[in-house]
Amino acid sequence: MTNEPMAPREGNELVALARRLHGHRGRRYWRSLEELADSPQFHDYLQREFPGQAASLLGDVSRRRFLQLMAASLALAGLNGCRRQPAESIVPYVRQPEPLVPGEPRYYATAMPHDGAAMGLLVESHMARPTKVEGNPQHPASPATGASNSSGQGDSTAATGGGRVSEFGASNTFAQAAVLALYDPDRSQAIRRGRRISTWDAFLTDLQPRLQGRDGRGLRILTETVTSPTLAAQLQALTEKHPRAKWVPFDPVNHSHAREGARLAFGRPLQAIYDFRRADIVLSLDDDFLTSGSGALRHARQFTERRRVAAADVNRPEMNRLYAVETTPTPTGMKADHRLALDPTAVVQLAIAVAARLGMNVPEPSDSSAGALDGVPPSWLDALVDDLQNYRLSGGEGGALVVAGRWQPPIVHALAHAINEQLGSVGVTVRYTQAAEAQPVDQFAALAQLVEEMRDGDVEMLVMLGGNPVFNAPADLKFTEALEKVPCRVHLSSEYDETSNRCHWHLPRAHLFESWSDARAEDGTVSIIQPLIEPLYDGRGDHEAVASLLGEANKTSKEIVEAHWRNQHQGDEFNAWWRRTLHDGVMTESARPAENTELDFGAIREALDSWRSSHDGAGDDASMQIVFRPDPTIWDGRFANNGWLQELPKPLSKLTWDNAALLSPNTAERLGLENEQVVLVRHADAEVELPAWILPGQPDNVVTVHLGYGRTHAGRIATGAGSNVYPLRTSQSPWFAAGVEVRKTPKRRALACTQHHHLMEGRRLVVGGTLEQLRASPSHPEFMEVLHGEPEESFYPPHEYDGYKWGMAIDLSACVGCNGCVVACQAENNIPVVGKEEVARGREMHWIRVDQYFSGERDNPTAEFQPLPCMHCELAPCEPVCPVAATSHSSEGLNEMTYNRCVGTRYCANNCPYKVRRFNYLDYSSDIQQHPSLHLLQNPDVTVRSRGVMEKCTYCVQRISAARIAAEKQDRSIRDGEVVTACQAACPTRAIEFGDLNDPNSRVTRLKGEHNPLDYALLGELNTRPRTTYSAALRNPNPKL
Amino acid sequence: MSSHSAELPTSENPGDATVGDRISSIVLSRGTPLWWFAGFGLSFLLVMLLLASVGYLFARGIGIWGNNIPVGWGFAIVNFVWWVGIGHAGTLISAVLLLCRQHWRTSINRFAEAMTLFAVACAGLFPLIHLGRPHYFYFMIPYPATTGMWPQFRSPLMWDFFAIGTYALVSLLFWYVGLIPDLASMRDRSRKRFVQVVYGFFAMGWRGSARHWRRYEQAYLLLGGLATPLVVSVHSVVSLDFAVGIIPGWHTTVFPPYFVAGAVFSGFAMVLTLAIPLRSLFRLRDYVTDDHLDNMAKVMLTAGLIVAYGYVMEIFMAWYSGDEFEWAMILNRMFGEYRAWYAALWICNIFVPQLLWFRAVRRSPAVLFVLALVINVGMWLERFIIVIVSLHHDFLPSSWGSFTPTFWDWATFAGTIGLFLALLFLFVRLLPMISIFEMQEQLDREANHA
Repeated sequence: MTNEPMAPREGNELVALARRLHGHRGRRYWRSLEELADSPQFHDYLQREFPGQAASLLGDVSRRRFLQLMAASLALAGLNGCRRQPAESIVPYVRQPEPLVPGEPRYYATAMPHDGAAMGLLVESHMARPTKVEGNPQHPASPATGASNSSGQGDSTAATGGGRVSEFGASNTFAQAAVLALYDPDRSQAIRRGRRISTWDAFLTDLQPRLQGRDGRGLRILTETVTSPTLAAQLQALTEKHPRAKWVPFDPVNHSHAREGARLAFGRPLQAIYDFRRADIVLSLDDDFLTSGSGALRHARQFTERRRVAAADVNRPEMNRLYAVETTPTPTGMKADHRLALDPTAVVQLAIAVAARLGMNVPEPSDSSAGALDGVPPSWLDALVDDLQNYRLSGGEGGALVVAGRWQPPIVHALAHAINEQLGSVGVTVRYTQAAEAQPVDQFAALAQLVEEMRDGDVEMLVMLGGNPVFNAPADLKFTEALEKVPCRVHLSSEYDETSNRCHWHLPRAHLFESWSDARAEDGTVSIIQPLIEPLYDGRGDHEAVASLLGEANKTSKEIVEAHWRNQHQGDEFNAWWRRTLHDGVMTESARPAENTELDFGAIREALDSWRSSHDGAGDDASMQIVFRPDPTIWDGRFANNGWLQELPKPLSKLTWDNAALLSPNTAERLGLENEQVVLVRHADAEVELPAWILPGQPDNVVTVHLGYGRTHAGRIATGAGSNVYPLRTSQSPWFAAGVEVRKTPKRRALACTQHHHLMEGRRLVVGGTLEQLRASPSHPEFMEVLHGEPEESFYPPHEYDGYKWGMAIDLSACVGCNGCVVACQAENNIPVVGKEEVARGREMHWIRVDQYFSGERDNPTAEFQPLPCMHCELAPCEPVCPVAATSHSSEGLNEMTYNRCVGTRYCANNCPYKVRRFNYLDYSSDIQQHPSLHLLQNPDVTVRSRGVMEKCTYCVQRISAARIAAEKQDRSIRDGEVVTACQAACPTRAIEFGDLNDPNSRVTRLKGEHNPLDYALLGELNTRPRTTYSAALRNPNPKL
Repeated sequence: MSSHSAELPTSENPGDATVGDRISSIVLSRGTPLWWFAGFGLSFLLVMLLLASVGYLFARGIGIWGNNIPVGWGFAIVNFVWWVGIGHAGTLISAVLLLCRQHWRTSINRFAEAMTLFAVACAGLFPLIHLGRPHYFYFMIPYPATTGMWPQFRSPLMWDFFAIGTYALVSLLFWYVGLIPDLASMRDRSRKRFVQVVYGFFAMGWRGSARHWRRYEQAYLLLGGLATPLVVSVHSVVSLDFAVGIIPGWHTTVFPPYFVAGAVFSGFAMVLTLAIPLRSLFRLRDYVTDDHLDNMAKVMLTAGLIVAYGYVMEIFMAWYSGDEFEWAMILNRMFGEYRAWYAALWICNIFVPQLLWFRAVRRSPAVLFVLALVINVGMWLERFIIVIVSLHHDFLPSSWGSFTPTFWDWATFAGTIGLFLALLFLFVRLLPMISIFEMQEQLDREANHA
């Protein structure tokens, strides 16, 4: 800074400004402020980086001058806020919209496209603000939970817009967390040209000359996987209007290998739709079908229904059986009756071996060939093949099913199709339909071609609808480099991300809940996506963006979508049909029919031979292999700025906020690694530093990395979390690759893990046994001979319950560890996100957690998942120790927290043997206070807790109250199934049951006590008498193994 | 040797000064020694640290400490129990030894009582500041609220509130009543008007008449009788905070007697820690003699043996009960994450104090001083083990965690040590640290009996 005396003109600038402000009073103040801003001197003043006045601060500032400066600062602050605020009205409704009752939520059906298919949603809306997502029970991808079997009359209809809803569909973590993304303060809020804020009109003006009279030469549209029929039709129309334009779909996590496998087997990129309801025996070739992908909810439901040993047929219980082969541990593998951890190439060998044993004309891999069936015990293979052919449940309608994971090369998919055909499974457990996505191509190849064109300068305008290819395109394509050669780059995106940062135009994308669209489910069923709220910011939908390319910029998404279906619709009156479709969330009879297929075994054989020749001799070196997987909580990185998902403990590793290099205990030992030690992973000319994490069940010499972390241009949540592993990933081997170097470094990176101990230490926490044991003694299986505390005498009379007596039952056989309940609870109960450091300190706030315990061998363990909400003990240890009676027993058996009364001694948490209580160690809700958009997110029926109070699961007492109010209005008691807790509503497998224990016929009662020989209380020997009890985990291993 | 001491009677050179002269001169006529300023200054800095820590705590919340789930109670409760334990010696010496006619207590009871008060003050701070919402602490007070809400009387924290409150009140009364004749004597000896008025105010018009003395003796005895059960009750109740809980390592019936013994153990250790330097700094070796130290060491040894019995019993019962959780708790203490702390506990509290069997050790002030410090550390470790190590591994392995103290944990602890020392420095500077009249009585008694 200079010490020279200031030019008087500069020194007086602010004084002059202040004087001008001083001259005006009252109502003219704001107008004259604008006038001030418009004066050239003032513009000049604003533009200069260091206004002259700054230097004068070094000199002595008199009181008078100080006040002048203050006045000018305030004027500047006023100018800063010149964004037009939405009109706000404090006038109450003069005429209230008929169905809108303040305090009563309404539900609207919509759908969420994810992973190449749609999931049906019911979104809860409080006074026109969406607060909670549930599944749509009518939608094929979200099986009904809660009360679907019972009642069904009265007000418990799964209807939009009407009354209370107690019938929900299952939903997964991504759908649950979508509502947080809507209110994310980091969402992109403005159109940008380069870095500067611009307008939609300016974009259209810029667009016109680039489109006119060129036949679409040089125009390329890069989309995500499109399942929207309307968008597909629009893009079709676009390529018709501009014949030389091209549309390329790309998602870094896609179904290309599966489609190519089908192309190999059937000559068409068909999609296999599995029906686990009739699958008696399942072989999973590296497919996490229970928790990952668009069909997971339905798969999980169908699969576990086949394993549920109902109380009725307890004397002749039956279960399906699952064999799983995995290259990295997943919940599916952990639920399997028999699991093998294999390195990626060995899975192909195993598939070939199974095919050969089943009598198909494939040469069985000889011992001499590379890595032949290493790690597969012969007896295992024998038992598997025998079971595939012969293991059938009574009833005789079931069949076998072989499923292949999308990570596996096309040949494995083709082999799976062939084996299914051989076993007669087609039409029984699997059917083939057209793919859900509009353009089933090999997306890696399509993108590679696009990049080629970009590099050659053939692309003049690239319009990207969503996606983030700069971040997640395969590294060998060098997308970013090629992108720089495109003269006009447009990116429609919900956040200003890595790709937006390198584009000429960034258009904020409207959130799912703000836009009109449509989407196909896996089976082809169409759902209309309808908005729940006006766009909060200046967001546009994909349809509007494409319409602008079509020269129809004046059309809204709603008009486009409605017009599309008006054209498609035949038959009865459109408006009624349209309303019904919107209301139900599904379009009737839009599911696609099964295709007749003909297996081309010759092609498979050919592909097999070429695969074998390319793999002979290769891959037998001792180098490590790498496995890429989408992250279980943030997927390909698109959910990275979602705090709920970041803080969600990943299944099996239980890590939050980070990715890691997962290694088997043996490999870690060999490399001299321990948890959190940073390793250098080198592959494909790139190297990435990652902390190591030792995971039992990981195959030896295989390192698993999860995609999606290491974002550089994302919001406050995502930026800086984890390491980006996309640089290691190539389009040739997107899911696994050999020849990877893993080197130890002296660095460490702290990881935030929510569960450090995964062994039961000989304690009987998860009780479990086999089907055989149960059959041997159906009413008193030997593995249940445990866990009964001696009833102790008490000074106090027992609690008496005249009315309801709430209780919960959790079926450990059914829980697949998908985490849906955890996020559902977080959304329902306004549970704050605390951040990585707080999680590392052990202060995460989840009211329900999924405990997991490994058992069996270290190198190939099984795991049991145990969801743990508050047990609501009958003799709750937390209650008598609170000095201020802030936690107390309700007349209906709930253990209630009174936040207002809590002084925060934390004695209750110490004394809780289940450690389900959570304490607000810091002001965790301050984020909510600071960001007005997050105010809208909060469930108005649940208190937002302040610093210093204890909290915990309430059994969703607000939902009980709502049901009670509804019941009392009708002068009846609450029906069984009318109260559905948030965790229960989300659970795809109905592992959680809730209801009135005073009702002898309620479903929960029938799962307890003498009705269910598998029922037990966790830590029952402590005599806490928990009213959340568990059903023992059953497995069905092959007795021959 | 400082310049003041030359003209004063010292323990080495009693001269013809009276007991009253000598004790009161420390406060009234001798100048303030340099070490006092140094010591008080340092303590005062720690008090400032305490203020900063508590200020930051109130601004940010309990999260600045290392507490978490499962370790809901951390340093605050460890320190609380430790200070309450230390606060035990005063009442024991004053009341129990008074009733038992152990006259040697006269030399040490005044500052033992003062120490008790200050320790209880430090202890009382912790339950207050460890609350998540300390501004609502009054919910624990049974006051007739319009809401009709009362505290929850089944909670040991509620009992704690009364136990500590009663103890603090009775200790204060006992100490103050004991001070009254001495305050009057100070009033009479002081030459400055202001000092006379202040001492005179607190002396409450004591004239030393026979009637005064008669009533005084009655009152003092009554208070002694009242205070005696408190010696047992306070730490028993504190121990119930844990014993009532169901956490392995807490849920133990041995806790009340074992806590009381531990309290006496640590209390006497603290008295020794203070008495040994004070008697040499103020040259009071003929008042606080080696016999006194010897006696205190014997009490300490006895209490230490009871504590050792408690430790052994805890292990034995965990094994004998066949309860897998209890036994896992013991194994975790011995071989778990905090095994070094547990080993240090045994060394400090069980092994090292066995030296007290030797008369030479008991009569060597320097060795005794070090021993007392070791026991103080050991008793703090004991509370750490009980509170934190029990909590961090309880029933469900899935929720096991660990506790790492933060800077603010240590700062708050250090701050209370500063507060304790600062109060003590003020006490030795402003009040007679040895009871003048009791000392006179004692000398008189000894002279008459001789």
